[in-house]
Amino acid sequence: MDFFDRFAIPHPSPVIYASMVAITLTLVAIVAGVTYTKKWGYLWREWLTTVDHKRIGMMYLISALLMLFRGGADAIMMRAQTALPENTLLDSQHYNEIFTTHGVVMIIFMAMAFIMALMNFVVPLQIGARDVAFPRLNALSFWLYFWGAMLFNISFVIGGSPDAGWTSYFPLAGNEFSQSVGTNYYMIAIQIAGLGTLITGINFIVTILKMRAPGMTLMKMPMFTWSALITNLIIVFAFPVLTVALAMGTIDRLFGGNFFTTTDGGMDMLWANLFWVWGHPEVYILILPAFGIYSEIIPTFARRNLYGYKSMVASIVLISVLSFVVWVHHFFTMGQGAMVNSIFSITTMAIAIPTGIKIFNWLFTLWKGKITITVPMLYSLGFIPIFTIGGVTGVMLGMSAADYQYHNTMFLVAHFHLVIIPGVVFAMLAGLTYWWPKMFGFMLNERIGKLSFWLISIGTCVAFFPMFISGLDGQARRMYTYSEATGFGIWNMISFVGAIMLAAGFVTIVYNIYYSTRYASRDISSDPWDARSLEWATHTPVPDYNFAITPQVNSSEAFWDSKKNGHKLFPGEYKEIHMPNNSGVPFIMSAIFFVLGFALVFSIWILAVIALLGIFACLAHRSFEQDHGYHIPVEEVKETEEKLGGARQ
Amino acid sequence: MKIKGTLILLMFAVMTVLTGCEPLMILNPKGPQAQTQADVILLSIGIMSFIVIAVFAILIYMLVKYRASNQSDDYEPPHIEGNHIVEGIIVGIPVLIVIVLSIVSVRSNYLVEATPEGYEDQDPLVVYAQSSNWKWHFSYPEEGIETVNYLYIPTDRALEFKLYSEGPITSFWVPQLGGQKYAMSDMVTTLHLAADAPGEYMGRNANFSGEGFAENTFSVNAVPPDEFDEWVDEVQDTAKPLTEDKYKELLEPGHLGQLTFSSTHLEFSPPPEGEHGGHNHGSSSEDSEEGNMDMDHENMDESHDPSE
Ligand code: HEM
Ligand SMILES: [Cu+2]
Ligand SMILES: [Cu+2]
Repeated sequence: MDFFDRFAIPHPSPVIYASMVAITLTLVAIVAGVTYTKKWGYLWREWLTTVDHKRIGMMYLISALLMLFRGGADAIMMRAQTALPENTLLDSQHYNEIFTTHGVVMIIFMAMAFIMALMNFVVPLQIGARDVAFPRLNALSFWLYFWGAMLFNISFVIGGSPDAGWTSYFPLAGNEFSQSVGTNYYMIAIQIAGLGTLITGINFIVTILKMRAPGMTLMKMPMFTWSALITNLIIVFAFPVLTVALAMGTIDRLFGGNFFTTTDGGMDMLWANLFWVWGHPEVYILILPAFGIYSEIIPTFARRNLYGYKSMVASIVLISVLSFVVWVHHFFTMGQGAMVNSIFSITTMAIAIPTGIKIFNWLFTLWKGKITITVPMLYSLGFIPIFTIGGVTGVMLGMSAADYQYHNTMFLVAHFHLVIIPGVVFAMLAGLTYWWPKMFGFMLNERIGKLSFWLISIGTCVAFFPMFISGLDGQARRMYTYSEATGFGIWNMISFVGAIMLAAGFVTIVYNIYYSTRYASRDISSDPWDARSLEWATHTPVPDYNFAITPQVNSSEAFWDSKKNGHKLFPGEYKEIHMPNNSGVPFIMSAIFFVLGFALVFSIWILAVIALLGIFACLAHRSFEQDHGYHIPVEEVKETEEKLGGARQ
Repeated sequence: MKIKGTLILLMFAVMTVLTGCEPLMILNPKGPQAQTQADVILLSIGIMSFIVIAVFAILIYMLVKYRASNQSDDYEPPHIEGNHIVEGIIVGIPVLIVIVLSIVSVRSNYLVEATPEGYEDQDPLVVYAQSSNWKWHFSYPEEGIETVNYLYIPTDRALEFKLYSEGPITSFWVPQLGGQKYAMSDMVTTLHLAADAPGEYMGRNANFSGEGFAENTFSVNAVPPDEFDEWVDEVQDTAKPLTEDKYKELLEPGHLGQLTFSSTHLEFSPPPEGEHGGHNHGSSSEDSEEGNMDMDHENMDESHDPSE
């Protein structure tokens, strides 16, 4: 292919041109806006160079919301295309690109970012720490994720998007069958973001193990922190597999390697194995934090402690171990025989046991409680029935002989959306509404919030239940069209209506944010929900240093005990506080990673070498840098505390 | 609670459709393998419905009984750590259910991976099914004929499909005869099917394989054995042989209609098995049913030995 042709959009269509225009206009508007209000300095000093876990959390949050809309737009387009038989809204190639990017964006750039957002914001506060263990690495993690996401997202206007599915099975994803640069984007953008995730994993394990407040033994950690710990352990075990698989895929595509080709000893199934050895645990990386969030919210609004704390902990540990021994259920049909299938069928169904324990523990947390229905609680309660349906259909898929019929059908699509949406999206929205006042100092409107909840949960059911039926009637997934005679039309039309309801639900969330930002009262207490864990014990807005005095913990609900049982949470005096300095290097280095990625996607070797040198320069800079952070003097601490509504001792 | 109402209604709707008048393809099996799978599916739907109903019932009970609006203002919920009996039940029942399902699952695995029950005493009809972008090539080695994008099969006879692919991974699927299996470029997988009733069934590639994937379908004509033999004779008499050049031409990516040939491509373009094979994942051939993970394909060719 001619050098410049590679950059062209391979499938120009009005939608793509419109989005190009929209992107350009938005960028121009942002640049103009920031310049006009003279905010460049502020943006650089306060956000782009920040190492504060709370701000990094907020930046993850904004990115995740943006990606939710990017992935959601893809979803609507897919549903619109298949709403009618033999529809011609999208052509096959375009549809393939859309479901591929939808899957990748939703899993890697939306859901992952959302859990990173909440983990970043909440975990250090919940364990009574000043920040994470390595604040600067944390900034690097975020910016690697951010620039990785940017690289992935320019694919649909420069050079073409990946089109081999989010699973990117070889040989389909190899050069022979995917000639555009699309799959290069996939390999490299996910690699960059994945590096960031791996770094986060290490960072949070150290943070949680080393930086807990005095008195907080492992068995006194709040449930969300527990889930974060286990999640990050899974990350550290699973992500290196992805790194290696993507590197091998990149070598195949860019340097003529033969790991996954059909000739010269390549093994296509090696990719499938490596992908799912990462991919299945990845599902639990997403779901466990969600479980953690529900375990915070349900006790708060049932006004009761979490039922069966110990079995909750045991079940997450068990789930994390089992998550590594089930990956073959993604290709029961690959011809490995009855024996292997039986083993993986049993391990898969076994996961239902610890998951069931959790569901029943949440139900029993309601027992003898005093339940108030707020928006976060609604999401947590709505999660239980919908997730149960998604979960039991997962057990059905785990029966491998039956999976021969479900595999690659809409039944599967229905199953995983019915676990992932209540499991991840509901949890994120619940967590967002729940921790919003701590983040931003005002509450989101409850009435609009409830409307969103109903639209989203009913929309989810309407959008995905019909797929069980069309799946059992033989509709394969990833088909851009089907004939009238199949009879799938009606189910897909219902599904489209559900998708519209979902979209409407997400729009009301944005409206809620806008509305509440304008009108909500700023006069709220630092503990508006009458909650139970430590993050509510500090001021709103949270000062840079989180807690003026390190809290002393006596149970998994130390804050509740301090409110009800007279436990003294903040013993001692104000002391000087040591804080890390901001740094622009994580931002710059990740931006260079973006350049490197772009150069690799298009095989522009000179640029790649220059970018690599730039990355090494950043690393070298750090090695020679002397940076001991700075200290906040006692007077300043005192002053801040008084200003924020009275010192807490 | 609006949501629960909706959910229960929807569940009912699903159940009615599942058991209702016009059966869904997968629940309307026309062969023993598909029958086994449909039985497993219906059984698991039954058991799973109990769990769903139990969870819904407990949730509704808790929500009705312990709503704050149902209680006095000064009620303070107690601190409850947990209870061994309750935890024994919520672990015990799922464990029992999983054990039952595991037994069903393992049994049905061995059933669908073997010659269909009741057909063990006869020779299976062997058909090589090869996919190429975006077509299916079916070779009948014993009959010496080949078709593209359609199958003729005799009813009441075991069928042994040997699957492989020229290009991306695909999945051979005839829902009413039985679940799918992958066709890959570096090995041959075996799928055992059989049809009980004559009819025309839908078959397709179920695994995404690029641009022409949606139309990557084929039709399956199940006919009584004597009619099948007539068809074979007719093909041998009337169709042209498949030349190497013609075969190369057919492999070009794209769609084709139905074609018929009086010879197969297996002679000049052998499938990736035996010494042409790459590897295997375990026991896809009958003679290694115990799941040995060796790389030995030597015996594969002998597995249809009439002495068996
Ligand atoms: C907002 C409502 C959503 C709708 C209407 C929707 C719809 C769809 C559709 C139509 C497909 C393609 C099915 C096919 O043809 O194979 C799909 C695939 C997928 N979706 Fe969604 N989706 C939604 C939300 C999500 C969310 C929240 C996630 C993850 C967090 C997600 C993850 C995926 C994945 C991983 C795939 C598979 C992509 C592939 O086949 O390569 N979706 N979705
Ligand atoms: Cu899995
Ligand atoms: Cu193979």
